[in-house]
Amino acid sequence: MRPHAIPGTVLFDDEQARKGLALNRMCFSFNSAENRAAFLKDEDAYCRKYGLSEEQRAAVNSRNVLQMIAAGGNIYYLAKLAGIFGLNVQDIGAQQTGMSVDAFKDKLAAAGR
Amino acid sequence: MARIIGGVGTTHVPSIGKAIAEHKQKDPYWSPFFDGFHYVHQWLARVKPDVAVVFYNDHGLNFFLDKLPTFAVGAADEYRNEDEGWGIPVSRSLAGDAKFSWHLINGLVADEFDITMCQDMLVDHAVTIPMALMWPGGGACPVKIVPISINTVQHPLPSVSRCLKLGRSIGRAIESYEQDLRVMVVGTGGLSHQLDGERAGFINKEFDRFCMDKLTSDPEAIARYSIPQLVEQAGAQGVELLNWVAMRGALTGRVSELHRNYHIPISNTAAATMVFDNQAAEQRKAA
Repeated sequence: MRPHAIPGTVLFDDEQARKGLALNRMCFSFNSAENRAAFLKDEDAYCRKYGLSEEQRAAVNSRNVLQMIAAGGNIYYLAKLAGIFGLNVQDIGAQQTGMSVDAFKDKLAAAGR
Repeated sequence: MARIIGGVGTTHVPSIGKAIAEHKQKDPYWSPFFDGFHYVHQWLARVKPDVAVVFYNDHGLNFFLDKLPTFAVGAADEYRNEDEGWGIPVSRSLAGDAKFSWHLINGLVADEFDITMCQDMLVDHAVTIPMALMWPGGGACPVKIVPISINTVQHPLPSVSRCLKLGRSIGRAIESYEQDLRVMVVGTGGLSHQLDGERAGFINKEFDRFCMDKLTSDPEAIARYSIPQLVEQAGAQGVELLNWVAMRGALTGRVSELHRNYHIPISNTAAATMVFDNQAAEQRKAA
């Protein structure tokens, strides 16, 4: 276990940065509308172009954010990918916590009470 | 001489940009947040700043993880925003004051802050949204900016204490600038939130209150937290508090809290807006 382990939290540290560079680089490219369209047109070819590892390709294919984080993805970059599928941070919060989106929103609102 | 007239801290959640574009300021979900800016607008109309020094973090627009500076200072006369890939509208460009930026850069490096200097720098929502909140309407912004980017993304992050010192160094540099400028400082992002992992949705009202209280009276109390402790207390992305701490550091005079608005949630975040007054030593003598 790494020092300072915080439950349910992967610090985006040196290990994650090294592991995730290709995946995060691909997500960084999604700042461009043209690249987002190219990804949607041929996802396999786009992922190959960025040299994703097998684990990263499988994680992207699964649309599972926790798997993408395990493969080195950084959430700010993954959010650009999620945006292509029309998912916002409540949607991906719900997915990662295994809740419905409404239940996740309720949880956020409850934190203010 | 330039004077530091005060500071503003504000959340910069991207969906605020969408809410502005869709005119949702009065919707029940959004009004508790946007209403907190009425005071800010009155204050800005009263203090009339010429320049805003903005401490923020880039989320993958200007910087990628291939080359990521811990501290980067803009030194341009114009800063553009571009598509960030999240479906928020591209913002107006913001005017800079390159001469003033270079003065701050010279001060920082003389103070042994080995910063990155950027004559070309795109600014992301963490700059454009606070500016749109402070000066709404979409017209030309009445202040020039100096954007200062702090790495809150790739660990190791700079410590809280280091960011406080960075702010203090900026404060000294501002006050040594010969031109009569009215300068405000801005810290953006936060407060507590976490977007990633099984702990997504984490918010910590008690810790946020502690930070908002201590920012005025005792920022050193926040600076005692290590980065892992900060992640634990504020959430993985709540470390954007570093931008607020740097802003507070730049308030070198007698500081008082003028305004506070705190609302949970905006998107996944505990949204905070604060205004701080800064009475410089010279002004105190004159009073």
